[in-house]
Amino acid sequence: MTLRATTITLVGLLLASLLLAISVGKFPLSLTDLSQLLWGDATSVNHSASVVFWQIRLPRVLAALLIGAALAAAGTAYQGMFRNPLVSPDILGVSAGAGAGASLAILLGLSMAGIQLFAFAGGLMVVALVCVIAQFTRRQDPVLSLVLIGIAVGTLCGAFISLIKVLADPYTELPSITFWLLGGLNTITVADLSTAAPLLLIGILPLWLLRWRMNLLSLPDDEARAMGVNVTQLRWVLIVAATLVTASAVSIAGIIGWVGLVVPHICRIMTGANNVRLLPCAMAVGAILLLVTDTMARTISHVELPLGILTAMIGAPFFLLLLMRRERL
Amino acid sequence: MSLVAFESVAIGYAEHLVQQQLTFDIAIGEVCCLLGANGCGKTTLIRSLLGHLPLLGGDILLQQRSISAWSQRELAKWLAYVPQAHDGPFAFSVLDMVLMGRSAHLSVFASPSQQERQQALALLEQLGIAHLAQRLYPSLSGGERQLVLIARALQQQPQLLIMDEPAASLDFGHQIGLLEQVRQLKQAGMTVLMSTHHPLHARAIADRVVLMSPQTGVQQGTAAEMLTGQRLAALYKVREADIRHHLGIDG
Repeated sequence: MTLRATTITLVGLLLASLLLAISVGKFPLSLTDLSQLLWGDATSVNHSASVVFWQIRLPRVLAALLIGAALAAAGTAYQGMFRNPLVSPDILGVSAGAGAGASLAILLGLSMAGIQLFAFAGGLMVVALVCVIAQFTRRQDPVLSLVLIGIAVGTLCGAFISLIKVLADPYTELPSITFWLLGGLNTITVADLSTAAPLLLIGILPLWLLRWRMNLLSLPDDEARAMGVNVTQLRWVLIVAATLVTASAVSIAGIIGWVGLVVPHICRIMTGANNVRLLPCAMAVGAILLLVTDTMARTISHVELPLGILTAMIGAPFFLLLLMRRERL
Repeated sequence: MSLVAFESVAIGYAEHLVQQQLTFDIAIGEVCCLLGANGCGKTTLIRSLLGHLPLLGGDILLQQRSISAWSQRELAKWLAYVPQAHDGPFAFSVLDMVLMGRSAHLSVFASPSQQERQQALALLEQLGIAHLAQRLYPSLSGGERQLVLIARALQQQPQLLIMDEPAASLDFGHQIGLLEQVRQLKQAGMTVLMSTHHPLHARAIADRVVLMSPQTGVQQGTAAEMLTGQRLAALYKVREADIRHHLGIDG
């Protein structure tokens, strides 16, 4: 596909999935309803349609759009700068840390806002810890040691989460912890969105602006340095930005796996490895994927399915197919 | 006039001195070849010159100014590095790969312009690989990859091209092609520093040869002065008769 054809297809699919996600649901909104809600006379609109649209559907759809794009962007950045196609946005333990923070908040009986704050802080603290430990492993390859420390610290957080689950009340707290860890957008409110959206956008901005330079981090460090790139500084800026994005997404939506891992791969087949084209493509595909899966999560069964289960059920087989199809990822 | 001057330089790592008392100049427009056994410090020397390793003593001057006083970005406009051909982690196109050489000339948030794409295509043309522009770098052969990496280094518009054993993984035909490219670059006015395992490569193109040996230290001179049976025998720790026999070198 040419670049233009890819762009047109992606924009078309994005608009279609947006429309689908807004109109489909327990309370379906027709195109007439939508045009009345957006451009029509306020008095002529059905009150419940208005509430569904502004209070429930729209925040949720916007969150899916933003989080899908953000997780895919973070995944693309991490894979590029760690020169490893098997890396995902939670590689440095962001999700594990956020999960530990959220579980603790639920155990302590905090409010939804408290849970989000703990999740956000937990995610950032774990990444900060990983980076501090990395300063003491200077003899190892810097990229490999960051990833290995992330895995070790992530496992530690996993143990902490299990401990909290054992201590939690099995009838009230345990189910909330389990559901939170599975990830989902069913509890998103306008307030959640208005706190998380600016953080997501602040994190995406440096990734977007530095995306050509990100290419050079895929090369061995010495080569990039010889081309005048401040490798260490650039890598840290991107790590901080991608971490902020992931932590903000996890804090309002729980752990949504696989999007950040699979989407960059799909897009590398479509646009090639150059991040100038890859990053926008990944953000579009990530948004489409999450819009569609979230619509499925709330419509295919009479109970709402956790989004994390669906993304894993779609993402994992897809990833295996990619592995079998391509000689090189 | 000298472009780079090594003044009693000591190179190595914090706990391991690799070579000291390195003193030699690289003059503008010449091809300088580094020769030595494995582990003698050829790569260490190149890394030190590029500013990736701190010096353990002495100083390297570029344009009469200490290398430590140059920023990484400024340095990249003067020195370009051609590594040994490698796989590359992701499938970048050849054109994208070459354009990465522009990073020192671009502001932080910028990406290469249309004009720079034209420059890159012209460089590929010059190296005889214009037909590879849209191919994916990992799908190329070793010889083709090496030419792409040279094009990328030239895209930096450097004064000195630094090549670390560029012929190491190439077959015989590509080795000859590579030496021919280096000769043409020299004719176009480029200064080249190249480490090599092969004395015949040095004899084919070098104006100056630097022999590095942990025992005898550093010797330098013209190719004719340095590439004698006696010196090479000492450098590689073999018998002089064997060197003569294998390389057909006189004297």
